Amino acid sequence: MRPEVALPILIPLLSGAISLMFWRSHFMQRLVAVAGSGALLLTSLWLMASVNADGILVMHMGDWEAPFGITLVADLLGAIMVVLTGIIGFAVALYSLASVGRGHEAFGYFPLMHLLLAGVAGAFLTGDIFNLYVWFEVMLVASFALLILGSEKPQMEGAIKYVTLNLLSSVIFLTAVGLLYGLVGTLNMADIAQRLSQVEDNGMIDVLAVMFMVAFGIKAAAFPLFFWLPASYHTPPVAVSALFAGLLTKVGVYALFRVFTLIFNQSPDYTHEIMVWGAGLTMLSGVLGAAAQFEFRRILSFHIVSQIGYMILGLALFTPLAIIGGVFYIMHHIIVKTNLFLVSGIVKRLRGTYELKRLGGLYKSHPWLAILFLIPALSLAGMPPLSGFFAKFIVIRAGIEAEAYGVTFIALLVGLLTLYSMTKIWAEVFWKAPPEPRDDDKEIPAISHRELWQLYVPVVGLALCTLFIGLNGQPIYALAEASAEQLLDPARYIEAVLGQGGEVTP
Amino acid sequence: MEPLMAVVIGVIYSAAIYMMLRRSIVKLVIGLMLLSNGANLLIFTSAGLTRGAPPLIPEGLSAPLGDVADPLPQALVLTAIVIAFGVLSFAVVLIRRAYEIVRADDLDKMKDTDT
Repeated sequence: MRPEVALPILIPLLSGAISLMFWRSHFMQRLVAVAGSGALLLTSLWLMASVNADGILVMHMGDWEAPFGITLVADLLGAIMVVLTGIIGFAVALYSLASVGRGHEAFGYFPLMHLLLAGVAGAFLTGDIFNLYVWFEVMLVASFALLILGSEKPQMEGAIKYVTLNLLSSVIFLTAVGLLYGLVGTLNMADIAQRLSQVEDNGMIDVLAVMFMVAFGIKAAAFPLFFWLPASYHTPPVAVSALFAGLLTKVGVYALFRVFTLIFNQSPDYTHEIMVWGAGLTMLSGVLGAAAQFEFRRILSFHIVSQIGYMILGLALFTPLAIIGGVFYIMHHIIVKTNLFLVSGIVKRLRGTYELKRLGGLYKSHPWLAILFLIPALSLAGMPPLSGFFAKFIVIRAGIEAEAYGVTFIALLVGLLTLYSMTKIWAEVFWKAPPEPRDDDKEIPAISHRELWQLYVPVVGLALCTLFIGLNGQPIYALAEASAEQLLDPARYIEAVLGQGGEVTP
Repeated sequence: MEPLMAVVIGVIYSAAIYMMLRRSIVKLVIGLMLLSNGANLLIFTSAGLTRGAPPLIPEGLSAPLGDVADPLPQALVLTAIVIAFGVLSFAVVLIRRAYEIVRADDLDKMKDTDT
């Protein structure tokens, strides 16, 4: 019995329930938010340590042996993702204390946040494909409600696109699960992987692979169906944006990694080739979209799209080094992207707007904030010695070794254009002189020292994580390497879930 | 039975996608509802339709005799129906609120956040 496999799902569910019980108590909800996400972070570290020590951990729910019951499986990739969920959950919970207004809290911001974290952790830990669908829906419902907290006009307009595209992708996913069940008669991912090798209908397998690719591609905001993301991510309160930016699309990327290393690894010439070009176009369209924007959070939203391309490229090249690069990129990206959104929230709090044209002079008034912006921004663009440099370096090197020169060139170009976008924000927000005040400027409430510090603490923490990954690259690389080894050897996953013999007679 | 179901599922999917391509947000939600119903029927059908053979184990045995219907797809469909119901009731509330705020049942009037 390994409780740590289930705890990262149970703790947020439980804290969500407790938080609901204290619906009217402002103080208790905040206390539960910090305590619950802190406990999630601690258990995720525990899980990481156990997985590192003992290999892939499996838990059969209700003691129904696989493949009959639902299994929870924690391999290294799953554990890494759960740790990142813990870090982001804790940072955003701290940030929310000072940034989420009482009005939003009164409509259940904190219970929804816990529910979202539970859905995300569940998706990372489940070993059952239908259960993955259920966790996706848990996560989606929580995110729908968080997205429209406050019900402003842009939020409604963004939410319609977000809801429609995500529901469409869920239905495609469900359809693919139904067809897959018809083909192999099982839902356990390890069992599916084993039985699929005995299926002779290769055409059907390719159809299913592409259906999963489309479904998860929409969730990951990959080309061509990414437009729901920049249409909606800049509309909700900034803490929600940061949480979404860090975690939601990465669940789609994780699902792609899981499904295309474990289940659909038969014809990489076909499926992974599609992904290579999908990744290239995702990078390019995201970064070009960002170049045209002059709103802080919209630029960052488009950059989520472009960075997703690098992660998918790591998977698509399908060499050991490329997978390492993909996993490393996910680790780097989740932390950096959340941090950038948190910084944009501080800027908004200080100046009352996200429009670059109406910002300026922040370097003079808040030099430390400028430094805190530069760390994740330069990391995103891939400047050494920050985390993004190593992430990009590994992916690009893998691209050259795989002789995929076209897409490697795109990756390098996109890195340069990312730097352009980040320097644009730097110059407009921090460097240039503040613009003349306009008549329609809103009065900005004065910010107390205490409130400012509450906003700074999570930003500093995440910046330290970025520096840690960058300056301490070798252990992190070794971790990514070990997880890539597990991903490229599905037999180990299958053996861990189904037991020694592997073959199960129904 | 299966060919008929396949045709029905195809018709539902195509009707759903046609509805989703309209500009009206009400039709959009109707399309989403049809789509999830189509997916449920598809799970039900693709797992194989066995009629008149409930998966019951006779007394004294540990496995059912002969071919029986697979109970799992029904459990899946039930779960999917519940989830779709919850999500779609949210979507209905969302379009109502959106209509109240934007005062239009037209997706082309909701392009402020697009780029």
